[in-house]
Order: sequence, then structure tokens, then C-alpha cells
Amino acid sequence: MSEPAPDVLVIGAGIIGAACAWRLAAEGARVTVLESDIAGGGATAAGMGHIVVMDDSEAEFALTRRSRQLWNDLAGELPADCEYRRTGTIWVAADEEEAAIVARKHAWYAERGVMTEILDARALAWAEPNLWAGLAGGLLVPDDAVLYAPCAARWLLERAGAELRCGACVERVESGAVALRGGERLSCGAIVCANGCAAAQLFPDVAVRPRKGQLAITDRYPGFVNHQLVELGYLKSAHGTASESVAFNAQPRPTGQVLLGSSRQFGVDTPEIEWPLMTRMIERAFEYMPALRGLSVIRTWTGFRAATPDGLPLIGQYAAMPGVILATGHEGLGITTALATAELVAGTITGSAAAICGEPYSPSRFAAAHSYA
Amino acid sequence: MPETFEVVVNGDVVRVEPGTSAAAAILMAGHGACRKSVGGEPRAPLCGMGVCFECRAEVDGVRHVRTCQALCRAGMRIITDGI
Amino acid sequence: MGSERGRKIVVVGAGPAGIAAACAAAEAGCAVVLMDDNPTAGGQIWRGGGGREAAQWTARLEASGARCWYGACVVSAAGGTVVAERDGEPMRIEYHELILATGARELFLPFPGWTLPGITGLGGLQALARGGVPVRGKRVVLCGSGPLLLAVAAHLREHGARVEAMAEQADFGRLVRFAARLVRWPGKLAQGLGLQWALRSVPFLTGAWPVAAEGRGELESVLLRTVQGTRRIACDWLGCAFGLIPNAELAAFLGCRIEAGVVAVDEWQRTSVAHVFCAGEPTGIGGLERSLTEGQIAGWAAAGQETKARALFGRRADLHRFSAELAEAFELRQELKELASADTIVCRCEDVRRRELAGYGGWRGAKLQTRCGMGPCQGRICGPACSFLFGWDTLSGRVRPPVFPASMGTVAAAGERQRREARV
Repeated sequence: MSEPAPDVLVIGAGIIGAACAWRLAAEGARVTVLESDIAGGGATAAGMGHIVVMDDSEAEFALTRRSRQLWNDLAGELPADCEYRRTGTIWVAADEEEAAIVARKHAWYAERGVMTEILDARALAWAEPNLWAGLAGGLLVPDDAVLYAPCAARWLLERAGAELRCGACVERVESGAVALRGGERLSCGAIVCANGCAAAQLFPDVAVRPRKGQLAITDRYPGFVNHQLVELGYLKSAHGTASESVAFNAQPRPTGQVLLGSSRQFGVDTPEIEWPLMTRMIERAFEYMPALRGLSVIRTWTGFRAATPDGLPLIGQYAAMPGVILATGHEGLGITTALATAELVAGTITGSAAAICGEPYSPSRFAAAHSYA
Repeated sequence: MPETFEVVVNGDVVRVEPGTSAAAAILMAGHGACRKSVGGEPRAPLCGMGVCFECRAEVDGVRHVRTCQALCRAGMRIITDGI
Repeated sequence: MGSERGRKIVVVGAGPAGIAAACAAAEAGCAVVLMDDNPTAGGQIWRGGGGREAAQWTARLEASGARCWYGACVVSAAGGTVVAERDGEPMRIEYHELILATGARELFLPFPGWTLPGITGLGGLQALARGGVPVRGKRVVLCGSGPLLLAVAAHLREHGARVEAMAEQADFGRLVRFAARLVRWPGKLAQGLGLQWALRSVPFLTGAWPVAAEGRGELESVLLRTVQGTRRIACDWLGCAFGLIPNAELAAFLGCRIEAGVVAVDEWQRTSVAHVFCAGEPTGIGGLERSLTEGQIAGWAAAGQETKARALFGRRADLHRFSAELAEAFELRQELKELASADTIVCRCEDVRRRELAGYGGWRGAKLQTRCGMGPCQGRICGPACSFLFGWDTLSGRVRPPVFPASMGTVAAAGERQRREARV
């Protein structure tokens, strides 16, 4: 083989790996992407594809806001099968206590230049007629969007012009080289580890563990729901460490199908549907949208988010091995933060300026010994 | 002569015998198609046994009913929709 | 093992295999529930009646004490409970033994124009006609492959249809050899000859298949490839299907071992999953008698009546030999892989064309990127077509509920019992 080693090896062809490959290629790097299964076939295929700005911490906000902006800027170039739609999000307030939270969120976002709109009960009902009429209101975030991530991942890889090797399982990573199952050894410049939960198999001290989720999708009911609807309790579910939780989360697909989530579970690594949790998730949804009951469900599926102890991703140098960059642990925000993650990763490798500070996501923040209970 | 009854297809009254499927009633009302595909093509029953979902129409207010499996009842309202 | 009275047996599918299984188990004293998606019993072959033999079995079913639930569509099954949807409402039925008699469906291969209204399956056209679709005086062309071709043609003619032509893709030579081997099954030979006599005035083309259906907004004519060149026939209905494939989805969902699309069973019709039996077409396409025989074996085996079950082993072996003859005679030719052009729709639910499916190594990748198989038919129509066209395995990945589309309320109810039990 007389071909020079690639500048960058990306492990994982999900949305994170694809975005990194795309960004690095745009900055002139030669990239090879190694994928053990099929591109976009892991958590990327299982998630809701929701591009959403989050306010639970400044660090989360910075990453999601920057990445949402990058997605919105890219939207015009995305092909039709990526199904990008600026549906907006409505954070739904069930009662007066939650309505007060909505008011605080509105102010918080306003201070930081993010446009949101408070909806009272009537405005909410007008925006979403199928929501239960007894809700208190909500917060509309009009610049949030939805996307069909597997196609977006494929497109990013195509644009990167990266060499994509599917069925290539990385067994071991060293500085400047990886070993594949079957014995092949590939040398390279930098290595980006973007393989979600599997990062913990390559680096046992990396603090990611799987958090199982379940979803259901219906047949086509155009106009049934117009915005991505999320209950405020979603934040508690996502950022809590309870072993099991559900939160109402419904998305209108451009096809007219309704995509329903969300559930979270630690400690399970099998892909079967967990019936009790599925029931809990659906019944929670009925409390917000009783009319869901009669919709025809075509498919259910599961997926595994890569979760970290503090809910922020791991983006940056892996201290134990120079030249290895981690890009994992995105939990439920992989699609949203893919482009800003790629920007940070590229900045670390090529030295290009990043729009946000990467410090809060540094893998070194867990350098001290840790363990999961 | 078995007792016939009326069903309504897209607003038109059709008289049918017991044991008639909603799909048959749609055809008897003069509509060649039950639905439109995602690409806008007219579609009609294919498998006749409830697995292809091409014969879907709205029956008595419920969408996505497989009309080849739905037996007509007196007063049934069938709407062939664009979905 | 003696008879297990009161043992709860659930039979899924009320075609001949299911009816036979339910009769056998109920007569042996078991508490039997027979369920079917259709409004009445009979499955496909006995849909809307079915003649003397069907009437005898139906009477026997009524006398057997089995409880019958129709319009009940199975959504999920596990650990001794079946969850189904009936009239939009969930129902749960418990079982000690589960007998899957889910039958078969037709194999549709895409060709240009196949999505036009007026094009159906073979059994599909017969089923639609039995449901009241008017065929009297209509011009019908039937094509594809298999014994259904003649059977459907004869039935439609009896009901006044003008069957213009029948086109069987198998070569004349193969059919002659098949007919010669039918002497081992004189009843079937007589049946076949009877059909051929009844259809003697209808052109029967062998080595022939449709290359395109034509029409604006609906079927107007079909272009057939024949040994002597292409022939265009104007018609109102085109019944076209290329044989039968097992409805093995529920078995796959339960984790039963599936080999080449067929549910693997032992001599007692037991699948690889404890307390789950399978009988009839899902264990191998073989027609009415095989279904009745296997159904009875499964019913008796589930009821602990091994001696009675064993008595039918010889008959079943003979019918398996017939199945093998059928498979060989009507094997699908390679030319059929080229019927679909680049623009031909392969996935009808999502309008995915053949050219969009090029280049994928497998079903899952194609599904994720093109939406093929993501519609309400859950890949039942396009999956087998893709298997034939591209060699993909399209069954083993499909193991998540609902086995059939069901309302959100029913899907929620499927998990309820487990939850209540967990709280206790």
C-alpha cells in the first residue's frame, strides 16, 4: 500500500463521526471513517432528530445554541431526504407552577439573545389543538428544528469525501494507530473516537455508559401535531440519574407521522422493548394528548444514548493518549450538537478557531477516579 | 334475494348485500381508487387479505381502515382520502 | 402423557390449519381460543364459504367448544399471553400452548405499472370478488405462478368473468413433468385435470409473464412476454402473484427459529420456542391438505394426544413430498429479477423506486436511508420482493412490536399486565 496514512481516523460513522469527518475535510484534512456496522445505524438511527436549544446549564446552552445555528445555516444545502423542518419546539407547562418556569426560561433566553415566545393556555390550544385543553401554556422556541439523522449522516460523509469503511471494528487504539478485528493495523495522524457507548470498550476509564430509550411512530396523520412538543419534566428525566424515567415528547414528521418518545433506562443493554416502560411512556403522553390513543402505531424501537455523569458530552483530547480526541457522551443531544462538536474537534486537531470555549466538555474533567453506583 | 342496505361512499349512497366489503362498496360507487400514494398516485386493493394496506380509507371517522377487511354495515360512511 | 383437560390453547389464524388445530385440541378437552384477523373463519382458501369440505370443518369447529374471536389482530405475544386488537380495543388472552396457523400471503414482484388500480394478486382478486367486487362481464388476465392461477381462473369464470388469458412463468416442460409426478396424488391430479378441462377455452401461456401494465390512472391493458413474443391484452383486472410466502412474522417475533423464511418445527409441529407450535403454510407452502394435516398434529400434540398426532405422520410426510414437487415445478426464473425497471416502485407504502435501492448491502441500510419497508405494511410486500431482487434477508430484523399496526391505546395496554404484576 503506497497511499499515505490519513490525516485523521474517525471511529464511528454516526452523526457525530460524520459531522467531524465533514468539518475536518472542509479544513483540508484527509479523513478515513471506520464504522463497525452501517453508517448512521446506531443511536443516530434511534433518536428523534430534534435540534433544540437547552438552558439547563451555560455550557449546554453554548453548545446547543452554536450547533443549532450551524444546522440552520446548513439547512438550505441539505437534500430532501434529510427532512429538515423548522418546526420549532413548545415546552409545555402543565400547571401554574410550570407556567412560572416558562416565564423564567423566556427571560433567561431573552438575556442571551435567543428568541422565544410565551404561550398562554389559549394560544397553546390554538397552536396545538390536539393537546389536552387543561394545560397552562408553554414556551415556543421557533428556531428549533427536526431532521432525519441517518440521511444527514450519510450526506455529511458524502460531502466530506472521506473514505468510509463499514464492517471495520476497532479493537485497540494507540497514539497514531488503531488495530482492527482481524489484525489489520492502520496508522494515521489524529484519531477521533465518535462511537458513542462503545468508547468505553476502547477506553475503560472513559465515563460513558448506555442509557436505553424507546420510541414509537404512527401512520400518517398530517396536521395532528405542528411543533415538537416536550413536557417541562423532560429536563428532570434527561438530567436525573433515576434508573428509569419517562417524559412526554412528540414530534411531527414531514410525512405526517407522529414520533413519540421519550424514555430513559440505565443498566439494560439488550435491545428488546421494555413493555412496562413503553406503557408508562405512552400513558404519560395520553395525559398531554389524549387523541393519541386512537392513532395507528406502525413501529416501535429502542436505542442507546451515550450518557456521562454530568450530562455534558466528552469533547477534546484524551489525556492518556496524545493525538486521540474523544467526541462522545452526547446523551439525547447528539443530533443537535453534532456540528458544534465537529467544530470543537476540528479546532483541537487543526488549530482553527472555535466559536465557543471547549473547556466545559473536556474529558479531563473526570480525570480523578470515578465509579458509577 | 338477501336483505340489502345502504352505505355512503364520499357522499354517494350505494346499496350493498350483507357480506360486502367496504373496498367493494368503494368500487361499486364508481371510485377506482381508495387512496393516494405519497407520490400522488391513485391506489386500490392489491392483496385482498389485509396485509398490503393499499386499500386504506376512512371508515366511520377512523382513518387507515383496511377496507378489504371491513364488512359493510348499514349506514357506514366511507371516505376515500388522499393519505 | 395423557390428555390435558382444561389446558389453555390459543390458535392464531382460522384458516384450514387453525380450524383443524382448534378442533383437535378442543375435542381432546382443552380450553381453546381460535382467533383471526378476518371477519369470519376460513382463511384465504375457504374465504366466503369454500364448499363441502370447508362446511364440514366449520360445523366440526362449532361443535368442538372452541371459542372463536374474529376481527382480532395479534399485536404482541410473550410469556403466556397474547395481546390482540379487536374493534380498536385491546384484548389479552392467556395460553399454556400457542399454535401459530398464520398461513401465507402472495409474493408480489414489481414490474412497470404494477401500482395501477385494477392490479391485484391472484388469491387477492378472488378474495376481493368474494367480498363483492364486481367481476361479472369484466375482462380478466391472470398471471404469475403456481396452482392458484388455474384455481382462481376457474372460480372467476364461474362468477361470470371473462378470463382472457392465463400466463404461468414456469416452462411448459416443467409443468409437464409436474403433471406426470402428480400420478402419486391422484386426487390432486384429478383436481388439476378438472380445472384444465373447465378452462379449456382460455389461452394458457407458459414461460410467460407480464412486462408492463398500462393505463392512465387505472389498468387498461397488460403487456405479456410469451415464448412467441410480446402480446398486449386489454383488460379490466390483472391478477398477478408469483407464488406464496409464509406469514412468519409472529413466529419471528416470538423468537422461533426461521430457516429460509420458513418456521422450523419438529415432528410434533413444535417450534424452537417452548409452548409454541406452528402448522400449515408457515412451515412450508403445501396447500390445503398439508395445512389440515399439520393443524391436527399440532392440536393433538398441544393437547397431549401423541398417539393421535403420530397417526398422521405418514400422511404429512407424503404431503411434504408434494410440497417439494410444487416448489420445484414453480420455481421462479431469474428473468423475473429484471422485471422492475429503475423507475418501478418497489415499496408501495413509501413510493421507493428500484434505483433508490441500488447499492445497499442489506435491508437495514436500505430501510434507514430510503424508508423502504417503513410504511404500515411493515415490509410485508416490499420485503419479500427485495429478498428476491437483491438477496437480502428481510425477515430476521423485524422482531419488535407491534407485529401488526395497532392503536396507541392497544400498544399501551400490551405492557399493562407486566406492570401490575411488577408492582405486586
